[in-house]
Amino acid sequence: MSKDIHIRKGSNLNLEGEANKILVDIPVSKTFALNPDDFFNITPKLIVKEGDSVKKGSPLFFSKHNPRIHFVSPVSGEVTAIVRGAKRKILQVIVTSDELNEAVTHEVPNFESLDAEAIKEIILKSGSWPFIKQRPYNTVAQPEDTPKSIFISTYATAPLDVDFNFLLKNNKDDFQRGVSILSKLTTGNVNLSADESFKGFFDSIQDANIIGVSGPHPSGNVGVQIHNVDPINYGEKVWVVNPEDVVNIGLLFSTGQFSAQRTVAVVGSSVNKPQYYKATIGAALQPYLEASAISLEEEVRVINGDVLSGSISSEEGYVGFYNNVVSVIPEGNHFRMFGWLPFVDNHVPSISRTSFSWLFGSKKSKVTTNLNGEERALVVTGEMEKVFPMNIFPMQLIKACLVEDIERMEALGIYEVVPEDFGLIDYASTSKIEAQDIIKKGIELMIKEVG
Amino acid sequence: MSFLRNKIDQIKKPFAKGEKWEKFAPAVNAFDTFLFVPNHTTHKGAHIRDAVDLKRTMVTVIIALLPALIYGIYNTGYQYFIQTGEAFTFLDAFIHGSWKIVPMIIVSYVVGLTIEFIFAIYRGHEVNEGYLVTGLLIPMIMPVDIPLWMVGISTAFAVLIAKEAFGGTGMNILNPALTARAFAFFAYPTYMSGNKVWVSEASNVDAISGETILGSLAAGNDVSYSMLEMFQGSIPGSIAETSALWIAVGALILIYTGVGSWRIIVGGILGAAVMGFLFNLWGANALMSFSWMNHLVVGGFAFGIVFMATDPVSAAQTNKGKWIYGILVGIFCILIRVFNPAYPEGVMLAILLMNVFAPTIDHYVVEANISKRKKRWASTQLKTA
Repeated sequence: MSKDIHIRKGSNLNLEGEANKILVDIPVSKTFALNPDDFFNITPKLIVKEGDSVKKGSPLFFSKHNPRIHFVSPVSGEVTAIVRGAKRKILQVIVTSDELNEAVTHEVPNFESLDAEAIKEIILKSGSWPFIKQRPYNTVAQPEDTPKSIFISTYATAPLDVDFNFLLKNNKDDFQRGVSILSKLTTGNVNLSADESFKGFFDSIQDANIIGVSGPHPSGNVGVQIHNVDPINYGEKVWVVNPEDVVNIGLLFSTGQFSAQRTVAVVGSSVNKPQYYKATIGAALQPYLEASAISLEEEVRVINGDVLSGSISSEEGYVGFYNNVVSVIPEGNHFRMFGWLPFVDNHVPSISRTSFSWLFGSKKSKVTTNLNGEERALVVTGEMEKVFPMNIFPMQLIKACLVEDIERMEALGIYEVVPEDFGLIDYASTSKIEAQDIIKKGIELMIKEVG
Repeated sequence: MSFLRNKIDQIKKPFAKGEKWEKFAPAVNAFDTFLFVPNHTTHKGAHIRDAVDLKRTMVTVIIALLPALIYGIYNTGYQYFIQTGEAFTFLDAFIHGSWKIVPMIIVSYVVGLTIEFIFAIYRGHEVNEGYLVTGLLIPMIMPVDIPLWMVGISTAFAVLIAKEAFGGTGMNILNPALTARAFAFFAYPTYMSGNKVWVSEASNVDAISGETILGSLAAGNDVSYSMLEMFQGSIPGSIAETSALWIAVGALILIYTGVGSWRIIVGGILGAAVMGFLFNLWGANALMSFSWMNHLVVGGFAFGIVFMATDPVSAAQTNKGKWIYGILVGIFCILIRVFNPAYPEGVMLAILLMNVFAPTIDHYVVEANISKRKKRWASTQLKTA
């Protein structure tokens, strides 16, 4: 029997614009894009060029460091553009759909008769491998590794995050199949975490160790759960898979085709009709934003992911590879007179008691992208620990990353964290330090120097 | 409001990037951001940010300091009139106190902020708000009759040597305000100790006995104040240190807002109480038998533990470390009081001493975490081997 996790540190941000539990199916866009930046630390090597026609599941590029890892087209059609940035870095590979839905089909025997290597081979060949990520570092997993355990977190605590019980309600069988397949890839457990108070259908999933989790954000972060259940030591690998990608892997083994299912919730205070959509990885965001009636009066920021750890997109952007949430919030590029005075402007949410905003606890607040101050030297101590439920010293780790002291980063637990775990620290920091960015750079350094 | 905004934007133009006076931008920005929270948006990391910032935090500390400061101003006048025997009203006392103290505050702010601005421009970073608190603390812990130029020099010493030499706000080892006091204490001892400095104009009026309670105890004299007087603070002493009552109000503000660490405050009080109690049991002399409860309310202990020891930069930074740090400050404060008659008040030296050891305390707390991680790793190595 598994031990449940109770987290006390952290904070749930109660924001406006949570998605209503309505799943809408609207016609998908014609253009799709794969953004290599969605995959941390991957250097893409293109296989296609502009004008090539591709099927759903045809590789577009592969990883320079491991040519076995393919990134495939989510749709059949023609490669219409390869967008490059500075130093010819590939920003986007754009595929225009021919609406024929032709797909590359692989021969898939019954997975129960397959061993780990054969399963890996099918996942790799189909282009589904990037669904599997590894900790430490949150990079795409290396197929040569055998992880000590696999984690799937269905407890989503980030601001305005999705409800996986609702999101996957039509995919129970595929989810179960995906879990059973994954359980063959590890020597340890597949750990499936779910909301302790309501596990929903996840409670009846076989081949997995069900872990109930309770507590405020970031308790839903898989990193926090790993830290509490099976912490990562030097040299160890743990794999993590998003719940819907478990379904995608399950679907691969029933259809033989790459599955790019991605249900997105368009949320945030600039969204008038926040709801769920049956979308596809890489689909243009525009139809979903339109159907959600995003506010036209104000300048908005469209974020692939939640407001704490997502990446900036735009109204012309595309659904990211991993995120189930698309957040739309107003830009905060305006001034507030004397807004720095304590107990003034209490409408700006704050988890610090220097504001009375906590008195309006049950009221959902509207947030903007304003920095609410300027970057300063690190002065206040103890505030990071309040929102960081790991037995790690966050400020000391950040400082070790800043001075690029690899040995100390290792000693302080860099293997156990990823940038998203520092999302709330970013948010709560009095000095407005960019903790996630610092940790990301620290991890990049670790990959370069240690591997 | 938008008129004012446009005006400021216009004034700021020559200070923009690539313009003529770009180097002086930090100085202008300091004034601008004082009026307005800037329109900066997030570019990386979390897209939304908490309303709290360093300005807000520092101003919260100032709010917490105000009760003690206002009482200190009143008490300055009160002590003066009591000693001269003149009849006076509350307002008289307050005006006398303001007449003495406001110039000190102005000198401290002008000197300190000038240095801060110069360093901000020289180093090319924004002006940090930390000095807003330091600049108010320095006059609050000085004797009332100290000449203004001494306040100025002590301030300059503290900001230059204790703070900027280490890299500025957030990098200092010692609490800058206490460094200013320590500097004045050792450079101008006749103005900082004895029985003629604690009451306004004491050296000009005959027959004033303006000794602090700890001073008289150290000299082996009797204490003529009641516990209530000590608690409410109508006793001689440094400007704002006397009233445990109003300092407690400040402490509540700091603890409620989370700006001051309750671990340090509670730890400090515990440490001092236990130490004082042990000495009570021993009771070899007047200082030792001075009740542990009185120890907590006389002298600078209350002010020091609430406003000085909790300075997050110079205190221990880990939660466990804060407990140890606080308790040790309390213990050393009473130890110095009792064993070293040359320094009737020990809290300044106790905090400065612990400032120096705070990184060491943190080191051991962090090392414990590191060795735990290493052990965990070693145990998995054993399993797989």
